[in-house]
Amino acid sequence: MSLARLVERLLQLIPVLLGVSVIVFVMITLTPGDPVDIMIGDEIVTEEQEEAMRRDLGLDRPVHERFLVFLGNAVQGDFGESFYHGRPVADVIAERLPATIELTLVAMIIALVTAIPLGVLAAIKRNSILDRIATVGSLLGVSLPGFWFGILLIMLFAVQLDLLPVSGRIGYAFEIEPITHFMLIDTLLRGRPDAFLDALSHIILPAITLGLPMTAILMRVTRASMLEVLRQDYVTFAEAKGLARHRILFRHALKNALIPTVSVAAIETGSLLGGNMIVETVFGWPGLGRLVVESIFVRNYPLVQAAVLLYAVTYVMLNFFADILYTVLNPRVKL
Amino acid sequence: MSATEEIIAAGPAEPARETPFRRNMRAFAANPLALGSAVVVGLFILMAIFAPLVAPHDPADTDLLRRLQPPAWLPGGDWAHPLGCDALGRDILSRIIYGARVSIFIGAAVVLVATTIGILAGLAAGYLRGWVDVAISRFVDILLGFPYLIFAIGLMAMMGPGLGNIILALVYKEWVIPCRVVRGETLAARELEYVEAARAIGASRGYIMLREILPNILSPVIVVSTIRMAHVIILEASLSFLGLGVQPPTASWGAMVADGRAFILQAWWVSTFPGVAILLLVLAINVASQGLRDAFDPRFHE
Amino acid sequence: MTDALLEVNGLRTVFDTRAGTVCAVDGVDATVRRGECLGVVGESGSGKSVTFASVMGLVRPPGRIEAGRILFEGRDLRALSPRQMRAIRGRDIAMTMQDALTALNPALTVGEQMAEMMEAHDESLPASRGARRRAIAERSAEMLGLVGIPSAGERLRQYPHEFSGGMRQRIMIAIALASRPKLLIADEPTTALDVTIQAQVLELITDIRAELGMSVVLITHDLGVVAEHCDRVMVMYAGQVVETGPTADVIGAPRHPYTKGLLASIPRLALRGQRIRPIEGQVPELIDLPPQCRFYSRCPERGPECLRPVEMHDAGEGREARCVRVVPEMVS
Repeated sequence: MSLARLVERLLQLIPVLLGVSVIVFVMITLTPGDPVDIMIGDEIVTEEQEEAMRRDLGLDRPVHERFLVFLGNAVQGDFGESFYHGRPVADVIAERLPATIELTLVAMIIALVTAIPLGVLAAIKRNSILDRIATVGSLLGVSLPGFWFGILLIMLFAVQLDLLPVSGRIGYAFEIEPITHFMLIDTLLRGRPDAFLDALSHIILPAITLGLPMTAILMRVTRASMLEVLRQDYVTFAEAKGLARHRILFRHALKNALIPTVSVAAIETGSLLGGNMIVETVFGWPGLGRLVVESIFVRNYPLVQAAVLLYAVTYVMLNFFADILYTVLNPRVKL
Repeated sequence: MSATEEIIAAGPAEPARETPFRRNMRAFAANPLALGSAVVVGLFILMAIFAPLVAPHDPADTDLLRRLQPPAWLPGGDWAHPLGCDALGRDILSRIIYGARVSIFIGAAVVLVATTIGILAGLAAGYLRGWVDVAISRFVDILLGFPYLIFAIGLMAMMGPGLGNIILALVYKEWVIPCRVVRGETLAARELEYVEAARAIGASRGYIMLREILPNILSPVIVVSTIRMAHVIILEASLSFLGLGVQPPTASWGAMVADGRAFILQAWWVSTFPGVAILLLVLAINVASQGLRDAFDPRFHE
Repeated sequence: MTDALLEVNGLRTVFDTRAGTVCAVDGVDATVRRGECLGVVGESGSGKSVTFASVMGLVRPPGRIEAGRILFEGRDLRALSPRQMRAIRGRDIAMTMQDALTALNPALTVGEQMAEMMEAHDESLPASRGARRRAIAERSAEMLGLVGIPSAGERLRQYPHEFSGGMRQRIMIAIALASRPKLLIADEPTTALDVTIQAQVLELITDIRAELGMSVVLITHDLGVVAEHCDRVMVMYAGQVVETGPTADVIGAPRHPYTKGLLASIPRLALRGQRIRPIEGQVPELIDLPPQCRFYSRCPERGPECLRPVEMHDAGEGREARCVRVVPEMVS
C-alpha cells in the first residue's frame, strides 16, 4: 500500500473520531443532575463558592465553546478531576489500564491459539465428529452470557475443585514492584517464578471467559474461509503438482484462509473491550472495566466519559488496523 | 474443481412453481433442528405471555424461612419450589418465568424499533443517495466507532436504570445494523428492472421505496433481525447483571444471576438456573435464525 | 498397443448429490499414445474434465471413481497409495487449468510456485541449500524463457496479479512443465483468453510438445482447436465417448450424429454447402438415464433401433462411434 493511500485512510479517521467525541460530549451534557451539585455532595458551600466552581468548570459558557474546550482538553489527555479519587481522571485511568490490557491480550492469545487450529481442523475433517463438536462449541460460545459463564467457571474451578483463585490479579502474599505494570511480565523480570504462576492462575479464568465469544467467532470464520479456500482452483492446481499434503494445507490454503481471520481478529479485539466490564466485575479484576462500573454507581461521570471516549477511540483504531492488515496480507487488494 | 461444480449445478432443478417465500419456509421446516429451536422460542414466548398462569408463585413473594432453599431433588428441597429459592426466599422458577417477560419484551421491542428505523434510514440512504446517504452513512460510521456494550453502559449511566431507558439505550446503536443491511440491498435493488420500470411509469420515490423495493429486500432483514434478537437479549442481561437494567423487585435474568453471586459457596442454584434460561433462549434463537438464513439464502449453504 | 502411455478402461466416476447419484463419466475408454496430442471435445457436463480429473486422482467428494482401470506406463494408478500417486502427479502427468488467474495462488510469488514443483519432484537438484536455490532459480528462469516471458529473473519475484491474462496462462504452463512431464493434461487452456492470445498459447503448447517429446491431452469444447492441433480426437457426450479417431478423418467424415452436429455449428469447419446451425435441445440430466442412446432426444437420425443401449462400434481405420448406423445391418 502506498504512503499516500495510508495518509488518505488516516484522514478519513478524523471525522469519525470527531463524531465520536461529539457523542460523548452530548452524553455528558444531557446527563441529568448538575455536576456541581454532585461535586458538592453533602458539604455546605456558599452561593459564591458554587458560582466559582461553575466558572472553573466552564459551565457558564455556551455549549459549542464548552465542546471545544472539552475537545482541546481531551486531546491533551486532560479529562478533569475524578472527585471520587481526588486525582486527575487521566491518572486514575492510567493506573488501571495495564491490568485491562494484560487481560485483553491474554484473552486474545487464548482465542487465537485455540480458534485457528480448531477451525482449520474442522474444515479439513469436514463433517467429522470434531467438526460437529467445533460447530456446536462455536454456537455455544456466542450464546453463553459471559457473566454467567464466568460464575460457572468460578463455581467449578475455584469453589468445587479448589484449583484456581476466585478473584484478583495476584495473591496478597506477593509484593511485586512494577516495571512494565504487566503482572505476568513483572513477576518474571523480578525473578519470581512462584509469583508468575500465581498471577497466571489468577488470569486464566477471566481470560477464558473474556476470550470465549472471540474464540467462537474466529473458529467459525477460520473454518468457513478454509473451506472456501480448499475449493479454490489453486488448491486443485497445487494438488495436480503432486505437492505434499501439508504443503498444500499450510502454504497454499492456510496463508489465504487466514486473511479474513486476521482482520476479524482485529475487529473482535475491539469487542473484548466491552466484555472487559463484565469479566472484570465478575472476577474482581482491578482494571479499567471494573473502575468504570464502580464509577457509574458513585456518579463519577468525568471518569465514565473519559473511559467511554478512550474505548471508542481504541475501537476505531483497531478497526482501522484491521483494514490495513487486510490489505497488507492480501497482495491482490490494492487499497 | 470447476468440473465438479458443473456436475452438481447440472443436477435436476426443483420445479419452481411456489413463491420463493413459501419455498424458503418449506426448506426451513425441513430442518428438524431449526424447527425444534423455533418451537423452543415459541414456548418461551408463551411462557412470558402467560406468566401469571404458569408461575407457581408470585415472583416477588419473599419468605425468609425458605431463604436459599435448594432445588426439589436436593436434600432440604420440596416440589412446591422446584428450582429452589433465592436469598429472600423467592421462588426461582417463578422469577425465571416472569424474567422471560423482561428479556423477550426488551429483545422484541429493541429489534422492532431498531429495524423500523434502520429500514427507513437504509432505504433513504440507498435509494436517494446524495447528501442523505452521506449524512446517514457518516452517522452510522460514528456509531460503529463505539463498542456496543460500552455505548449502552455509558448511556445507561447517564439516563439511569429503567425499562424504557434500556430500550432507548440499545436502540440508539442497534438501528445501525439493519440500516447497513437495507442500504446495501437497496443499492443493489435500485438498479434492477422492476425498479426501473416503476420509475419509468412515474411512481413516486416513496412508493418505489416502500412498495417496490422493501418487499423484495425483506428476507435478509428478517434474518438479520432474528439473529440480532439473541444479541440484544444478552446485552440486556449484561446490563441487568451490572445493576444498570430493570430495577428490583422486577425479576430479570441478568439481575438474578448477579443476586446469586454472593452465594455461590452455599447456593449454586440461585445464579445457575437463570443463566440456563438465558442460554436456552439465546441458543434456540441462534439455531433457529441460522436455519432461517440457510433456508432464505442458498449462498450460505455450508 | 505398446506405444500407449495412458490407457483408461471402463472408467465410471459418479457424484452423490441430494437428488441422486450423477454418473458424470460412464464407462469411458481412452488411450493416449506417446508423443501424440489427443483432443477431447464435448459440451460442459459431457464428462471430459471429470475423466481426466479421475486420471489425476483429483476427484473430490462428493465425487468418487466407482469402476475402471487407469494404466499409466502399465501401472494401475488406482492401485497406488496416495504417496505414490503424488510422485506421479506433477512429475509424470502434469495438468493446466482453465483459468490461470484462479489456478495460481494469489498469495505466493510466481517463483515460489515454480520452485515448489521442482522441490517436490526433481531428485537431480544439488543437496546444499545455496546451490539448490541457485539451480532452482536458474531452471525457473529457463522455464519462463521457454514460454516466452522476458526478463524472467525479476518476474519470478512478482505475484500472479501483476501479470496479464496471457502471461499468467504461460506461467501456469511453465509451472506445469517444470518437471518435464511425459503427459500434459491441458483443461480448456484457452477458454479464459482473448482470441488473439488463444492462438499464441496453443502454438506454445504445440511447440513445447515437439521440443520435450511429451504427450498432450487437450480438453476443449472447440472442435476448431482440435482440428488445428490434435492428432486424434475423442468426442464425449453425456458421460460417454461417442466417437474417436484420427482428427482429419473424424472432421472430414464424422460418423456420429452428435459430431456432425458439432461440426455444423462451427462456421469454419462446416461442410461446404451446409447451413450453420446449433444442435437443438439440451444434454440430458445424468441421473436415472433411460437405457437408450443418450443423444436420442436431439438426434435428427433417430429411429426405433436407438431405443436400447448403444455400444461403441468399429468404423474402420482406427475409428469408433457409438451409433447403430455405423453398422448397416443393425438398422432394420
